[in-house]
Amino acid sequence: MPDPPPAPLLTLRGIGKSFLGVRVLDGVDLDVAPGEVHAVVGENGAGKSTLMKIVSGAYVPDEGTVELAGEPRAFRGPGDAQRAGIGIIHQEFNLLPERTVAENVYLGHEPVRRGLVDRRAMLDRTGRLLASIGETALPADARVGRLGVAQQQVVEIAKALALDARLLIMDEPTAALADHEVELLYGLVRRLQERGIGLLYVSHRLTEVFDLSGRITVLKDGRRVTTVDTADTTADELVRHMVGRELSSYYPDRAGPGDVGPVRLTVRDAGNQKLRGIDLQLRAGEVLGVGGLQGSGRSALARALFGVSPFTTGDVTLDGRPVRLRSPRTAMRAGIAYVTEDRKGEGIVPRQSVLDNALLASRAIFAARSGRAARTERVRELLAAVEVRAAGDDQEIRFLSGGNQQKVVLARWLALDPRVLLFDEPTRGIDVGAKSAIHDLVRRLARDGAAVLMISSDLPELLGMSDRIVVMRDGRLAGELPAGATEEDVVALAVGNVPETAR
Amino acid sequence: MQIVQRRRLPLRLIRVRPGGVLPILTILAVLLVLVGIRQPDFLDPPSLMSFLGRSAPIILLAAGQYFVIVCGEFDLSVGSLVTAQVVVAARLIDSDPARTWPVVLLLLAFGAAVGLVNGLITTRLRVPSFITTLGMFLILVGAVYLWSDGSPKGGLSEEFRRFGRRAVEDVPLLGRVPYALLVLLAVAALAVLLTRSDFGRTLVAVGDNPRTAELSGVRVWRTRTIAFILSGLAAAVAAILLGGYSGVSFQAGAGLEFGAITAVVLGGVALGGGRGSVVGAMLGALTLELLFALMNFYGVSGALRSTVQGAIILLAVAVSATRSSAR
Repeated sequence: MPDPPPAPLLTLRGIGKSFLGVRVLDGVDLDVAPGEVHAVVGENGAGKSTLMKIVSGAYVPDEGTVELAGEPRAFRGPGDAQRAGIGIIHQEFNLLPERTVAENVYLGHEPVRRGLVDRRAMLDRTGRLLASIGETALPADARVGRLGVAQQQVVEIAKALALDARLLIMDEPTAALADHEVELLYGLVRRLQERGIGLLYVSHRLTEVFDLSGRITVLKDGRRVTTVDTADTTADELVRHMVGRELSSYYPDRAGPGDVGPVRLTVRDAGNQKLRGIDLQLRAGEVLGVGGLQGSGRSALARALFGVSPFTTGDVTLDGRPVRLRSPRTAMRAGIAYVTEDRKGEGIVPRQSVLDNALLASRAIFAARSGRAARTERVRELLAAVEVRAAGDDQEIRFLSGGNQQKVVLARWLALDPRVLLFDEPTRGIDVGAKSAIHDLVRRLARDGAAVLMISSDLPELLGMSDRIVVMRDGRLAGELPAGATEEDVVALAVGNVPETAR
Repeated sequence: MQIVQRRRLPLRLIRVRPGGVLPILTILAVLLVLVGIRQPDFLDPPSLMSFLGRSAPIILLAAGQYFVIVCGEFDLSVGSLVTAQVVVAARLIDSDPARTWPVVLLLLAFGAAVGLVNGLITTRLRVPSFITTLGMFLILVGAVYLWSDGSPKGGLSEEFRRFGRRAVEDVPLLGRVPYALLVLLAVAALAVLLTRSDFGRTLVAVGDNPRTAELSGVRVWRTRTIAFILSGLAAAVAAILLGGYSGVSFQAGAGLEFGAITAVVLGGVALGGGRGSVVGAMLGALTLELLFALMNFYGVSGALRSTVQGAIILLAVAVSATRSSAR
């Protein structure tokens, strides 16, 4: 779709917005044509979500105009925007798990007959709606809580369509999806396009942006850097626009032959409810990547090693000594650290200061033996070493960007001098610039002698960072790949359609 | 690259931050002015000192309640615990001065034990603290009646009562300084030290996000249980002062739990935990007492106290809830 069609569905002109005097959007122009997928990319804090919230009516812009199908609109709330035909699919779904698909789709505007909800009509219409977007396999009377993430997303989309949405906003729609589900989403997006629905597509994953969109708008620091036709640009160029600098090499150098030390962590035939027959060796100085689909047991592995949901069978030895990892405390005392994938839910203490967050583990584990002042000083040094950007170490951590929060979490663990570091999706939801900073840190830790295990759904990251890769499937290790493996190798092992690679 | 430090502003103390003590200090100042207008001699050292001494028990309870609330729990049992302590003390001492100190120690142990039980039931048996401590409240009320056959027995010794009613006389400038005030100052200093310790910081973190705390090696159940024990200890000290000041009755501690919770909320501590300071909580209690004094001066019926408390809780929570969702 190289030429923008004549009558845009949505037109934004000169949108500006400030919070408490901080300008988060400044003069942003953007338009979406019917049937167009318009991607919006930018680092965290570039203003993407604020812009989407303005379009979906959650925020009122300070300046600028929003036009829908040529008509200027001033939405007074999300309900207003919904009635005007704008739907938004959030990263986190807004569904009632105990209700059926149909009840969710028609929540708040159920078809009524003689004053009562007409269940049959509701099921009927939902079925037709789902069929119209090619989702015939999804029963309208299924309980939403039983559906997988991808299907729940379909329900969200159907919900928007039931309100006659002409414009759909998708905010990181693939963040929660496994790789094979992403394909399904692609199909769905194309069918929505065919129906003439305009899509605003916000994503960190450039692959998707290139696969799906017709045009791309790059935001940076609240301004629009450029809008380009997808066909005329490259990922490198896009990244340059986003960060304003060349990212010559994405990933730090791997460990050389001399860098990898002795075996630090050995897992022998270990298992629990989610894991079976895990045999694993982790060496000092290496980064061992763990690939696999969502739910294949990658996080369960890290959580077992950290004692959150411990192994119930098998043995673990650390530096040759057998250890029992019953709880996070015992794992921490053994020298293991775990950076969770759910940063907001279990990685940070949102309303406490940067310093308190960084000190949390030290305070919990070691009574200040070497003096509290010295300990605080050391944590301050660590915060500086990982290059946290904050207004001060007394700033509440929730005001920091995802990348900076992650660095604080990392500093918390580094204060314990861990010998083994477990990273679960260390760069999820983190902008491009901060991502490479985290990558550098991970590599630096390995080079300094730590044994690193890194789970990642981001294949380029997994391939770019790891010295070795193990791929998991159904709670087992499906196989191991050397550095230099390809995305296809990983995916093949993860979905299990090739003979397992010999170790 | 270094930490981008917007070096600390010189006006740091004045900076308004959520959970800070500035709002409560403002309210306190306004009330002081109002009191000063209506009843200028209230602000003279003698009456001010005795007011502070009278307010000491509720301020202590607010400090104890702070530890429980800031880690995300509630303690509704403190009022009946105070009653139980006073009644128990009277019966055990039975007007025998020699028993004073052993009984004081016993009361502290009793308070700590009730807190321990509250804490363990809440954290280990996963009963919501609202229910746990409500149950404890009822159990204590019934147990005290049972144990004393319906009317308080015995009596407190003069040694015991002096904490609540005596004062250091002839202090320059201030005149009489009640023992209760000295006890309060000592406990307040301890409480402030405690909130600045590793335990205090960890406690707030537990209230803010227990999952993160657990995964960072904090023994969340232990931390919360200690908070309940602190609240029980505060109740014991408050009971000693109150017993001395107003004597033995089944009403000694009635309604104090709600007073303490109101005070803590008024002092800017978030219900549900994670935010607020112990100084704010104690200032909240002082403000509440001052408000009641003011109501008294203006001839408002004392019967309105609980209505006022209820209104304050609702208002304070509403204000903080709307403010925190304003973004």
